[in-house]
Amino acid sequence: MRTVTVVGASLAGLYAARELRAQGFDGRLVVVGDEPHRPYDRPPLSKDFLTGRVDEDRLALTDAEDDTALGAEWLLGTGARALDPRERAVVLADGRTLPTDGVVIATGASARRLPGTAPTGVHTLRTLDDARALRAGLTRGARRVVVIGGGFVGAETAASCVALGHRVTVVEAAPLPLLPALGPALAAVCAALHRRGGAELITGTGVAALRGTPAVTGVELSDGRVLDADVVVVGIGAVPNTAWLAGSTLALRDGVLCDDGCVTALPQVVAVGDVARVGGVRSEHWTSATEQPRTAVANLLAGRTTRSARSLPYFWSDQYGSRIQFAGRRRDGDTVRITEGGLVDGAPGPDGLLALCERDGRTTAVLSVDRPRPFTRTRRALDRQEKEKESEIEIEKGSGSGDAARDGLRHPAGR
Amino acid sequence: MIPVCRLEDLPRGESARIGTTPPIAVFHTDDGELYAIDDTCTHQDASLSEGWLDGCLVECPLHAASFDLRTGLPTCLPARRAVRTHRVTVDDGVIHVHLVVREGTAA
Repeated sequence: MRTVTVVGASLAGLYAARELRAQGFDGRLVVVGDEPHRPYDRPPLSKDFLTGRVDEDRLALTDAEDDTALGAEWLLGTGARALDPRERAVVLADGRTLPTDGVVIATGASARRLPGTAPTGVHTLRTLDDARALRAGLTRGARRVVVIGGGFVGAETAASCVALGHRVTVVEAAPLPLLPALGPALAAVCAALHRRGGAELITGTGVAALRGTPAVTGVELSDGRVLDADVVVVGIGAVPNTAWLAGSTLALRDGVLCDDGCVTALPQVVAVGDVARVGGVRSEHWTSATEQPRTAVANLLAGRTTRSARSLPYFWSDQYGSRIQFAGRRRDGDTVRITEGGLVDGAPGPDGLLALCERDGRTTAVLSVDRPRPFTRTRRALDRQEKEKESEIEIEKGSGSGDAARDGLRHPAGR
Repeated sequence: MIPVCRLEDLPRGESARIGTTPPIAVFHTDDGELYAIDDTCTHQDASLSEGWLDGCLVECPLHAASFDLRTGLPTCLPARRAVRTHRVTVDDGVIHVHLVVREGTAA
């Protein structure tokens, strides 16, 4: 493999580029990014960057030394328009064609928007440019802010807006924010953080329309209520950036379909990060974006799937001065038990809390609010438990009538 | 020189945080060594005193960046900058931290 093109210059793309070098690829390495910026860290955008605690220079994921070590060609400010597997080329939006032997798809996801043209004062929060615009919109005195969507981006943005002294209302269409991720009991705990933190939370109602021209003046809810607003933040999820792959042969369904090892139907094309549906699961987590590249690159360089990228899901969120951390594979119906700390009026008490999700006497997942130490302990135990289970599965697979047995390499005792 | 606590009050495998500006983390490793480093991870705001201690490495509780307690140098991403290290002594059974004045690693 002489040339590898990484399409996407954010966290997953950068980590893939680093892994290529770390795993010995010394050919031509091209990184394509549609944003004009060098790779930057997105998690602070809704938190410390929005509140002004950190500035742009602290978001950079690389420095001059890294860049030299990486030895990559950076094509920034122009996205990819197509993947042409027959010609083995990536076609850029500006018409250039990059012949390549291997491709890492790391194009991420884009903020989902409300239909129609938005008045001014309506923001999404995904990119540095989004965050710059929102930050500017929040520095013109006390504002009435409506956040549409109570997921992590919405909740963190709401908390940052409260910290900046704005009046904040969060609107969530579901009965509780974060229900699919956390389940009802833990979602209720996190929802209570809004109230404790000083924001209003309206649940179970969608948004009918945005009011105001040219600047937004309010948000009309589907139950008829109208919330006054000077600033609106739309945090209703993200859509994987796969449009550029429409003309390729790759299977697309809410992401690029890959096997457990991030490999697509084409062995010379792998996918990582928010855009990748790895073994049926697409995760928009920082941890997936930083962990998948190691496996994906190993498989790309091997020309086939030799490793699985399955790892224990982990995510965190900082809201209203509390740090939420979650790890594991929770399923509906798991019981929830608070093992440390407790609730005060439904919200985490001053000492935070540790809650375990359990099924059949085993811990399946852990949630922590401001209890990092026992959280890490439990997360590591879960990780170990999962790895042991997987090696058991491997052993079972291996002991069947597989190739090894057929080739006479295994001679079970007693035969 | 900052007194931290009596040696017997910081068992092996434990850590303590001193609320100086910036805060300092003090570790007592399983091998019985004492180390002090700046408490805040150089990647993002997280307290290393609450991290996972493994030999003379501490793993950040937020993103698993790892630092060598002896040098302050990160051993893996996402951290790229070192934390400062500070000298530790035990005087009359009390752990003391001697803050470095200059920036950079005291490796």
